[in-house]
Amino acid sequence: MKVLVPVKRVVDANVKVRVKADNTSVDTANLKMALNPFCEIAVEEAVRLKEAGSATEVVVVSIGNKAVQEQLRTALALGADRAIHIDTEEELAPVSIAKLLKAVQEKEQAQLVLFGKQSIDGDNNQTGQMFAALTDMPQATFASAIKVEGNSIQVAREIDGGMQTLSLPLPAVVTADLRLNEPRYASLPNIMKAKRKPLDVLTIADLGVALKAHQTVVKVTPPAERKAGIMVASVAELVEKLKNEAKVI
Amino acid sequence: MAILVLAEHDNAALKLDTAKVVTAARAIGDEIHVLVVGHQCGAVVQAAQALQGVAQVLVADNSVYEAHLAENVAKLLVDLAPSYSHILAAASSAGKDTLPRVAALLDVAQISEVIAVVSSDTFVRPIYAGNALATVQSHDAVKVMTVRASAFDATAQGNSAAVITLDKVFAAKTQFVSQSLTVSARPELGNAGIIVSGGRGMGSGENFGMLEQLADKLGAAVGASRAAVDAGFVPNDLQVGQTGKIVAPNLYIAVGISGAIQHLAGMKDAKVIVAINKDPEAPIFQVADYGLAADLFEAVPELIACLS
Repeated sequence: MKVLVPVKRVVDANVKVRVKADNTSVDTANLKMALNPFCEIAVEEAVRLKEAGSATEVVVVSIGNKAVQEQLRTALALGADRAIHIDTEEELAPVSIAKLLKAVQEKEQAQLVLFGKQSIDGDNNQTGQMFAALTDMPQATFASAIKVEGNSIQVAREIDGGMQTLSLPLPAVVTADLRLNEPRYASLPNIMKAKRKPLDVLTIADLGVALKAHQTVVKVTPPAERKAGIMVASVAELVEKLKNEAKVI
Repeated sequence: MAILVLAEHDNAALKLDTAKVVTAARAIGDEIHVLVVGHQCGAVVQAAQALQGVAQVLVADNSVYEAHLAENVAKLLVDLAPSYSHILAAASSAGKDTLPRVAALLDVAQISEVIAVVSSDTFVRPIYAGNALATVQSHDAVKVMTVRASAFDATAQGNSAAVITLDKVFAAKTQFVSQSLTVSARPELGNAGIIVSGGRGMGSGENFGMLEQLADKLGAAVGASRAAVDAGFVPNDLQVGQTGKIVAPNLYIAVGISGAIQHLAGMKDAKVIVAINKDPEAPIFQVADYGLAADLFEAVPELIACLS
């Protein structure tokens, strides 16, 4: 079973971003970048499936400028076998990303396509579902456990109010939630080995996909600041403030 | 053209989220239809009919829809789409699962987690865990969007919208195996007026019993930070944060929560925030209206006693 894992380069989860003064976008210049945490979990799961003998090959793919190769190398160091970089300077909507990934899947014919459930920059939570729709594959989003059973896959997923288990015939799409696994740290030998693993570069034209502009970002603004609060000295004072000042209890 | 709202329900009851999404729809246009997809969901249909501002309730009641699978619910929505300018759902686990499939099949973008309607084609949505707000204008013929329910008030009841029964049935390859939902007498996180939330500082699942007592004194829901869920103290459906529940109660009491960016993203729109943490440098105090730097194992029992 071949597993395809699309991954995204994002601002590191521990960095607090700021909006540019001209309100056109978020300022990402010189910030620490990383593999999107949910994508990292997806890569880890694919590698574990390979280690368990369920998967034969793990292919990672990313879309963006040359810098995304850094995150592809990270994924290779975690244990992926080869990487595909779709080279573009354009900011693409999830639906466009899904179309490009569909073209990749037509060549790769992966049996399982494992996504992170959302990227922590755009917070869209769309690409896996869109890819599944375009390829008419069944999907299990927000996965917290995966079990391959012959020609199907059983997935436990986190839903509002509890857990749900679905069974999907392969090929299928799964999107990873936080508790699917805890990704490993890449060892130095594996980081060195990753430098020699194959990394193919394609363009949008190579894939023969026509993309459209779907929306315009009118402006990006900082959220309203909360008014500075106060420290209280005791539980009694807290209760008094909540009752008489905030009037919420 | 009309606006279609996908109802959020469990076949037995309509979730309050739907009444909130209808409010967002009313900010866009006048002709609003609600789609109820499920199995043996008559009570849900009646509740949807009662929502103010709703002109029609479309009903697809069939056993293939019992588990609300994204795969075939999306196909049903795509079949209905030619009559609509906008398709809305709550940004719930079901809405997030289903609507991107609808958008992709219609070859349009989806706008996720809308928190404000500027005009019929322009909407505001948070990005980067709520550290920035993007105002986006859609150029697509059909606007497909999920709505952050906590950003809108629920529409009132007292209406009696017409019911239209849909006969077309779409099958799914996905098979439902099982489901386990947490049963609780406390209010749901998304709709609670008060939330008491615990973090890593709680130390264990047993210690959450203390927060449950406090919650019951206040008629509150219980929530948790990712750290508390990852540590196995409480189940995942209690998680408040960027990738968990996004809440905006009147009062949010954060106990033993340090205040990571990802947690703040889920609760910083609460009207009043209280933080109890023994570390006076914890980032949670920067968003708190009232901070108490104290040992939670002393402060929480004292708080319960004060409220008794």
